[in-house]
Amino acid sequence: MAGPPLLDRRLLFVTGKGGVGKTTVAAAIALLAAERGKRTLVGEVDAKGNLADFYEVPATSFEPRELFPNLWAMTMHTEDSLKEYLRLQLKIPFVARLGPLARTFDFVANAAPGVKEVLVVGKFLWEVRQRHYDLVVVDAVATGHVVAQLAAPQALRELVKVGLVREQTGWMLDLLGDPATTGAVIVASPEEMPVNETIELAGRIENETNVDLAAVVVNRVLPELFSRGEEEVFERLQAPEGMAELVGAVGGPVDVVLSAAQLAVTLRRTRAGHLTRLREGLPSDMELLYLPELFTRHHGVRATRQVAEALGEELGF
Amino acid sequence: MAKPRKPEAAPTLERLFAAKEIVIHCGSGGVGKTTTAAAAATMAAIHQGGRVLVLTVDPARRLANALGIERFGNVETRVPDAAFAAAGVEPRGELWAAMLDTKQGWDDLIKRHAPDEKTRDAILANPLYQNLMNRFVQSHDYVAMERLYELHSSGTYDLIVVDTPPTRNAIDFLEAPARMADFFSSRLLRWLTAPARSRVVNFASKPFYTVADRILGTQFLQDISEFFLLMQGMYGGFVERAQAVEKVLHDRRTTFVVVSTLESAPVREAEFFIEELRTRKLHLGALVLNKVLPSSLLDRKATTTARMLEDKAAGVAAAVAEPLQAEPEQLARVLKEVGTSFLNFQVVAQREAETRAEMAAVPEVVASVPYFDSDIYDLSGLVRLGAAIWR
Ligand SMILES: Nc1ncnc2c1ncn2[C@@H]1O[C@H](COP(=O)(O)OP(=O)(O)OP(=O)(O)O)[C@@H](O)[C@H]1O
Ligand SMILES: Nc1ncnc2c1ncn2[C@@H]1O[C@H](COP(=O)(O)OP(=O)(O)OP(=O)(O)O)[C@@H](O)[C@H]1O
Ligand SMILES: [Mg+2]
Ligand SMILES: [Mg+2]
Repeated sequence: MAGPPLLDRRLLFVTGKGGVGKTTVAAAIALLAAERGKRTLVGEVDAKGNLADFYEVPATSFEPRELFPNLWAMTMHTEDSLKEYLRLQLKIPFVARLGPLARTFDFVANAAPGVKEVLVVGKFLWEVRQRHYDLVVVDAVATGHVVAQLAAPQALRELVKVGLVREQTGWMLDLLGDPATTGAVIVASPEEMPVNETIELAGRIENETNVDLAAVVVNRVLPELFSRGEEEVFERLQAPEGMAELVGAVGGPVDVVLSAAQLAVTLRRTRAGHLTRLREGLPSDMELLYLPELFTRHHGVRATRQVAEALGEELGF
Repeated sequence: MAKPRKPEAAPTLERLFAAKEIVIHCGSGGVGKTTTAAAAATMAAIHQGGRVLVLTVDPARRLANALGIERFGNVETRVPDAAFAAAGVEPRGELWAAMLDTKQGWDDLIKRHAPDEKTRDAILANPLYQNLMNRFVQSHDYVAMERLYELHSSGTYDLIVVDTPPTRNAIDFLEAPARMADFFSSRLLRWLTAPARSRVVNFASKPFYTVADRILGTQFLQDISEFFLLMQGMYGGFVERAQAVEKVLHDRRTTFVVVSTLESAPVREAEFFIEELRTRKLHLGALVLNKVLPSSLLDRKATTTARMLEDKAAGVAAAVAEPLQAEPEQLARVLKEVGTSFLNFQVVAQREAETRAEMAAVPEVVASVPYFDSDIYDLSGLVRLGAAIWR
């Protein structure tokens, strides 16, 4: 790995399988960076996203808004991004007339491979290039589409031989390909499919994009409950005689309580197996960061802060 | 003499599956669509007989192996009786399984709709083709729908259980046929594929083409239009097909099963999806709640016991260490962990119960699947899961 420590980069794309905790982790990275004094922008790529919920703030929009000291948040809209792009970079003035043609544009953006993706990636790269923020964290799309997004500037460059877009892809590629600037973060949970997808995605990011894979975050790791000796004791407790003794001492439905612990133990064991598989499937020098399963009532800003703290510890702060 | 009224049998997944020919499992990413679709199809094959097909999308490798299907390629395969025997069951019917491969699906579509061999080969070899098929208008969803239509109208199967792709937005799946039809009848497409000289650029659209030209360059626009010209002969076929698929979805023999866990984001998506099915007048057959923690975690007495283990572990350990032949300190640590574990999971179970209670409009059939302590990767796992939801 060629890049600097995670938070010293300027642009991080957080991706992973659906539901593993991408938004949780992106929100936590941004919060941690902001608390450590970095001017930080966190942007969600998905207009139907729920980033705001993780900070318990009203819905975010394309225009970044300061949520906490040093922390700005925004939601990507390709159409807004296009308008801004035309206005700021191509200096095309008649943006007002674009409105009724948005549908048609949507069509071109859909039909022409890479256009939509470049509008997304380009916006964040632009913020980095203009040095508006110290760090830009992107709650990116899931595994299935992220490679297309990260490789879009390159793909477009190969398809479009002339025109302004081609000229624009140059600086984008420079920033994307510089490990000191840009890094991808894959979030995984220690389960079968997320692990498979993470290993596969790590390879694809390496081979099909010029973005450096900065870290793999393993989310929802269960704590080890028992050492080997303790596990034996636990087994004795679960045997009929053990259970009878315990009922004698504390009364109540001991079996129910023990079976909850048993669920925790087996879950942990299953997850440990997947964790091993993950470690073996990734390059040996890959940075792995572990975040615990949270047993909280509510997954709002409190949980985000807990994840940020755990992440800080993993990063040695 | 008035006949005593026969009590209505309670609605179950079993009854639902007995009355339908197509069951579509949908829901947010990772909630268990693939697993529950496979499990329900397995139950149908075991108990209801006939030929049951499960059309799956990207199953975990171990599950694919268990079903005997290749993870790539579109071939339907029969799950061997031996696999059932190994799981200790004897099916009344046949279980078939197939994977959905988008790339292969598109190639098949092109082959089916292409007017002649020359056009077909030109499209398949076109560099824009692959790029396009990989991303435009939810092409995954569209191919899934197409395949479903194809299989259903072939009349080979009595029941087809469909697993859906992990879209960001479960609605995309429903919209795929309409969007596809839309796409092919779009104004720009017609403009792009019109002979150059007859292109009438009206005042309103002029700025757009000027911009498009400046941004993308004329050459690129031309490449695109060439590609669509090749495709032109097939538009009619695509639009017609999309409409036929739409019709199958609305057919009385088709139903949707919404799958969700009780985590907040999937539940929100499930509720949204249920609402959407209603507005579209599509049949909502059941809600399957997956990975639900056991309700015993909410037991008040158990809570008291767990608290006691957590708070007074040393005292309890001292009392039972001897008969258990355990070292008191070690035992105390274990007892404390046991109590804490219970209380940890209880917080989650409590939240789940509240979420469940708050869920507004739910269908008649709501089935819960417990959180199993290991992945479901073989036929006996599917049978175990299936038994939890079937009746
Ligand atoms: N460490 C954790 N402990 C417990 N629950 C967690 C943890 N991380 C995430 N979750 C929960 O998992 C669910 C999914 O998390 P999140 O929304 O961050 O995932 P995502 O990858 O962004 O999902 P999507 O693909 O839908 O955007 C949320 O309900 C969240 O609260
Ligand atoms: N009730 C359950 N208990 C324990 N594990 C389960 C249960 N249901 C599903 N799983 C596991 O959860 C994982 C995800 O399930 P599955 O692949 O069916 O989800 P999916 O909705 O199809 O996901 P995707 O959206 O990625 O297609 C699998 O590893 C599966 O074995
Ligand atoms: Mg998210
Ligand atoms: Mg699936």
